[in-house]
Formats: sequence, C-alpha cells, structure tokens
Amino acid sequence: MTAVLKAQGLGKRYRRRWALTDCTLDIPAGQVVGLVGPNGAGKTTLLHIAAGLLQPTAGTIEVLGTRPPATSAQLARVGFVAQDAPTYRGLTVAEHLHLGASLNPGWDAAMASDRIESLGLDPRQRAGKLSGGQRAQLALTVALAKRPELLLLDEPVASLDPLARREFLQGLMQAVVDQRLSVVLSSHLVADLERVCDYLIVLVASRVQVAGEVEHLLATHHLLTGPRRNPARLPEGQHVISASHTDRQTTLTVRTDAPIHDPAWVVSPIGLEDLVLAYMSRTAAAASRPELEVQR
Amino acid sequence: MRVSVIEFHLDAHSGVAPYLQLIHQVRQALRLGLLSEGDQLPTVRDVVGRLAINPNTVLKAYRELEYEGLVAARPGLGTFVTGTLGDGSPAAIAPLRRELQRWLGKARRAGLDEESIEALLLTTFRSTAEGEEEIA
Amino acid sequence: MIWLTWRQFRTQTVTAAGLLAVLAIAFAVTGPQLVHLYDTTVVPCHVQHDCPFAVGAFQSQDSFLQDLVRLVMLAAPALIGIFWGAPLIAHELEAGTQRLAWMQSVTRFRWLAVKLSLAGLASMAVAGLLSLMVTWWFSPFDRVGPGGRLDPGVFSDRGIVPVGYAAFAFALGVTAGLLIHRTVPAMAVTIAVFAAVETVFALRVRFHLIPPVRLDSALNMQWVTETGTGGPAGPGSFFVGITPNLPGAWIGSSHVTTAAGSISLGRTPAACGPNAAYSACTATIARMHLREVLVYQPASRFWAFQWYETAIYLALAFALAGFCVWWVRRRVS
Repeated sequence: MTAVLKAQGLGKRYRRRWALTDCTLDIPAGQVVGLVGPNGAGKTTLLHIAAGLLQPTAGTIEVLGTRPPATSAQLARVGFVAQDAPTYRGLTVAEHLHLGASLNPGWDAAMASDRIESLGLDPRQRAGKLSGGQRAQLALTVALAKRPELLLLDEPVASLDPLARREFLQGLMQAVVDQRLSVVLSSHLVADLERVCDYLIVLVASRVQVAGEVEHLLATHHLLTGPRRNPARLPEGQHVISASHTDRQTTLTVRTDAPIHDPAWVVSPIGLEDLVLAYMSRTAAAASRPELEVQR
Repeated sequence: MRVSVIEFHLDAHSGVAPYLQLIHQVRQALRLGLLSEGDQLPTVRDVVGRLAINPNTVLKAYRELEYEGLVAARPGLGTFVTGTLGDGSPAAIAPLRRELQRWLGKARRAGLDEESIEALLLTTFRSTAEGEEEIA
Repeated sequence: MIWLTWRQFRTQTVTAAGLLAVLAIAFAVTGPQLVHLYDTTVVPCHVQHDCPFAVGAFQSQDSFLQDLVRLVMLAAPALIGIFWGAPLIAHELEAGTQRLAWMQSVTRFRWLAVKLSLAGLASMAVAGLLSLMVTWWFSPFDRVGPGGRLDPGVFSDRGIVPVGYAAFAFALGVTAGLLIHRTVPAMAVTIAVFAAVETVFALRVRFHLIPPVRLDSALNMQWVTETGTGGPAGPGSFFVGITPNLPGAWIGSSHVTTAAGSISLGRTPAACGPNAAYSACTATIARMHLREVLVYQPASRFWAFQWYETAIYLALAFALAGFCVWWVRRRVS
C-alpha cells in the first residue's frame, strides 16, 4: 500500500521555539488517522506543513508521493479544513460552492449540492450567520467536493456541541466510504477519535511519541499492577510508558511485543484513552527522548 | 429500494471491540429470526452514517461473518444473509417468547426488581447448563 | 478566480462607481455653463478692458465644487490605497480565510496575480476616469491662470499622473497588508508612506526630471514689479523683484544679477529709495545693466512631465506587486 504521508526528521521552528521536532512518520493510505496530543503539541503545525501552507525548517515530507503542494494538480489531491473551519463571512453557502466550482477542476457540483441539501443548509444564507456546526459542515463540503485523495482536518469538532459533532463524523465517514478517502484528523480529545480512527499518532511536546494501527497499539500496550517495584528493573523489550506508585503497589503502562511472564504482575488490557494519557503524562525529559515508531 | 432489516447500535463503553459488537448483533438477529436467508445487511455506508464509526470496522465484521459462512458479499449489490444460526426455528421462538413474557410478569408481581430477575435468570441458566453437562 | 475577485470587491467597486457617477453628474450640470461663461466673459475681456474683473469673477465660479474636487483628487489615490489595496491580503490573513483560499486548486501565484491585476487595473481605471473628468471640467480655470498646469498644486490633479498615483497607492496598500497582517494598521501605514512619497517627489524630484531651461539675459524692464531694500543678498542691499511673463511656466528660481553675475546689487540707489519717482528709478535701473537669471520649466513640457512621473510611479507599483507575489509564495502561512 502506498504511503499517504511520509515524513523524515521533520521539524519546524518559530523564532526560538521548535513547534515540531524530529518527526518521522509513514502513514498508509486508506485509513482514518487520528493525530492526538495536548494543545500546543504541534498538531496544527504538522497539518499545515502537510497541506503546504507552511514550509518545514528541517527534514523532509512527502504527501501522496510529492512534496507538499507545488502545483495546482497536487493541490487538487489534498483537502484541508483548518481549525475553526474558516469560511468567508460575507459569502453565502451557494457562493462558497461557486467558489469551489470555479477554483477546482475536479469539482463535483452534484455531490456538493446534494450534501448541502441533505444537511438542511439554506444556500442563500451567509456563512457568517451559520452556527458553528453548520460552518464546519460547509467547510467540509467544500473540501470534499473537489474529490481529494487525502483530507486533513484540524480539530474539526472541538468547538461543536455533541449533536453537531456526531453529525459531522457521520458525514465524514460516509464520505470516506463514497470517495475511498484517506483522512488525518487531529484532536486534543481521544474520545472524539476512538470511534473513527484506525491509525493513531500521539504528538506531545513537538515530538511523535507513538504511531501505529489502533489494533496493534491496543494489543501491544498493557496495564501492569503488582507489588511495589522499581520500573527500571523490568526485562528488555518491555518499555515503561508511565508509572505510578503507592506505598505497596506499582501500576505501570508498558509497551511490549512479547508476552509478560512475570507472575507477580496482573496484566490487563488498556483502553485507547488511557494509552494516550500515559504518553501525554510522561515527564518532559522522557517525552523529549525520541520514541521508536510502531509500525503496523 | 430495499430497506435494511436490522439497525446496529454501539455501546462505546462496554469494553467490547466495535466489530465484535456488530458481529454479535447479527448473530443475535439470526437466532431470533429477525434476519433470515436472503435478507440484506445494512450497507457499510448506512452503518457508518448512523454510528459514525470507521468503515474498516464494519468491513471487518462483515468479513468475519462471511468467514463463518453466515453472510455473503455480492459485489455491487450488498451483503446478504446466507446461513442460519441456532436450532430453534422462528416458529418455535414466538411461543417461547410469549411464555417468557408471562413469567416476567409473574416475577414482577411477586415483587422482584430488575437486578433480582436478572440474577435469577443467569444463575438458573448456568446451573441448568452445568446440570445438563453432567448428565451428558 | 476572476469571479472570486469580483465578488470580494463588489462593494468597493460599486461604491467607487457611484461616487464617480455623482461627480460626473455634477460636472455635466456645471461644465457647459462654465465653458459658456468663459467664452462670453473672459475671452473678450481684452476688448472690453475688464480682464482683471472678468478673470477674478470667473475664478470664483462654483468655488465650492472646485474645492471639493481638489479635495477628492488629493484623497482619491490614498483612498484607493487603503480601501482597495490594504484589505486585499490583510483581510484574508486577519480572518484566516487564506487557509481556505490557498487550499483550492489554484497556486498562490495565480491567486495573488489575478487579484492584483484586476483590482490594480480597476484602481487605475477609476483614477483615469476621474482625472479625465476633472481635467476637462477644470480646463477653463487652467487657461485663466494665474499659474499653469505645471504648478505643483495643479499638476497632480490633471492628466495621467493620478493613474500612476492610484497604482502606486494600491500596490503600497497591498504590500503593507501583506507585511503587517492587519487591515487597519496597514491602512495607516499606507497613507503615511504614500503622503510622504508624493510630497517629497512633488517638491524635490519632479522639477529635475527634465533638465530645466536656463535663461540668462539682459533684464527685461517690463518684468520688473518691485524694488526695495533688503532681500536675499543682505539687509542693506538693493533688491529688484521680477515677475517673468512666461505663461504657464514653472519657475524654479529667478534672480536679478549684476552684469558680472553677482546677486548682490550694491546699495540702493537714491533714485529708488523711499518716496522715489517711478520713472527716475526705472531709468536708474536701466543704466545699471542688470541681468535676469531664470531657471524654469516651460509650459510646453507639461505632458513630458506627466509621462515621466506616471512611468516612475507605475514602475514603483509593479516593483511592489512583484515583491508581494514573491513574498506570498515563500513566506506567509
């Protein structure tokens, strides 16, 4: 399967601060990829670079096989809905579709108007008067109707109420089926992503902490509880992600490919949210060590 | 236009993987006679449009069911039920359900709450199954 | 892209067209009357021996409209710069909509090039129409004088230079918006820079675009308008003031010098002191063999100056536009 996004040592610096450090990724096509991490971790920066809106400071990136958009042909293959779903406040819904039609050779006008109709949007309504959820749906329609191969979404549902959130994801998943779309969407809430993502990237403190298929991640991460113990004494091959101790008890989140034989541990599976939290709660020192990428 | 016979639902907090929940619901529908041979399962598009889950999840569930011989995918048409489950024919199930509903009414009138009814059902079910095993 | 540019500029375009229409009506109503008045009172004034009166009366015709138009011409390029130029990119960056616009299947180059071309051409067209109307309407006044069309207060409002100013102000606005990212501060910077450039150019640069004519000849007694003591050569020295009769010329400097070329004319002769007689003073000056040294631009060079200045402003505008296109492709997120 071809990779939809390949990054090697990607980095971006703003004046003094590195927003993105040493990111190496290999994201396969045909998946819905979740990009999760706390605010300021670098998710928006990564997406902007992939969309071609920002130039990297270090490293390389390839999207759909070429460096991010140099030509209008490449722009047609990548869709992007930025944070807060930017739309032109003074333009009506219909005018947004006209904008898309006049600027995109691959524009699917029938699909766009069908989608607008089924969403119940009034074509004559100005975008500035729409609710947050409706604006997000409009921006998504404009991005989808040019029939991209890859769709990038920056926190698309962060500011939406639960119903709008659900409707947005429903429409997005339908589009994935209809258009055989690859999607990368970012969020700082794992719950948003759990339902829809089959590939996960955890970005903390400008670095990729872990990346891989959700099934594989869930199979290789475990929660260990047992008598109080020093986590540094674990055998090779068992990487401690997070540890917490009481007087008598130690709880560890561990990543390992091999089965755990030590009978002192109670091994339980770990949910995706707790897995992400474990990576997000690592100390600053641990978080800045480059983490091995987990391949499928 | 054919309307799908069953609708899926998802319990996000049950700890059971979504694709397993879908498989379970199809099997249950087959057992209860809600699905019979020739019926079409909801399209992947319809399922994700309702549940907002990853299409690969649905595909995986349908593939698993196909592997078990319960359904078959017909390219361009959809996924259709091809097999049956359970030994009870639909005709036998209806009177059993009615009897069960009557029993439930009796249990409630006797003053049992929902948890007690559930506990009674499960323990009796299990002990009866063990008893049958011993005999067999 | 053309549709989008038009749609985003609809309000500004309609407003400008409306203002132009209003002005055109005002001109259409008053213009022919002015021409008629000029033909009937000013042209025959030599015959009727009432030129100063006729000219004075004519110059005060429609004075409100005259002042209004001068104000419009002064403000027009700057207004184009701040309402057409500054928001072009700044508005998108402020609202974040460039993240929508630049993800459509048009390269940033084409996006900006089309916007710059269409809005820039529209700016120039508006300025051109305005100048056409104003030049036509003011022509009787220009013929009456006192100064000519090369006069700095008049030159900027006539001919084709307003087109150059508009293009430059527009490009300046776009650049300011691109670098500052905010519309209102970009507007302020645009006005400030444009005013500074236009002022400096008009006062210091324009005169030297074409090497001026230097006239060094014997003093023409008909040009002498005053005499006195004091002046540029020193407190006690003789001063002779002249008003050259070069209609429409733009005088850079004029001096009266001695036959040897010195500005200092010596002490005031008794014949020209206080309570002196006009004829005695004139005769005395004639005997002094003074010379007049003039540096000026003749009126006939009006169009040459217009073309040079317009070309320079257009070149500046294109340079700024090119910078914007280069910058947008490389730097902005």
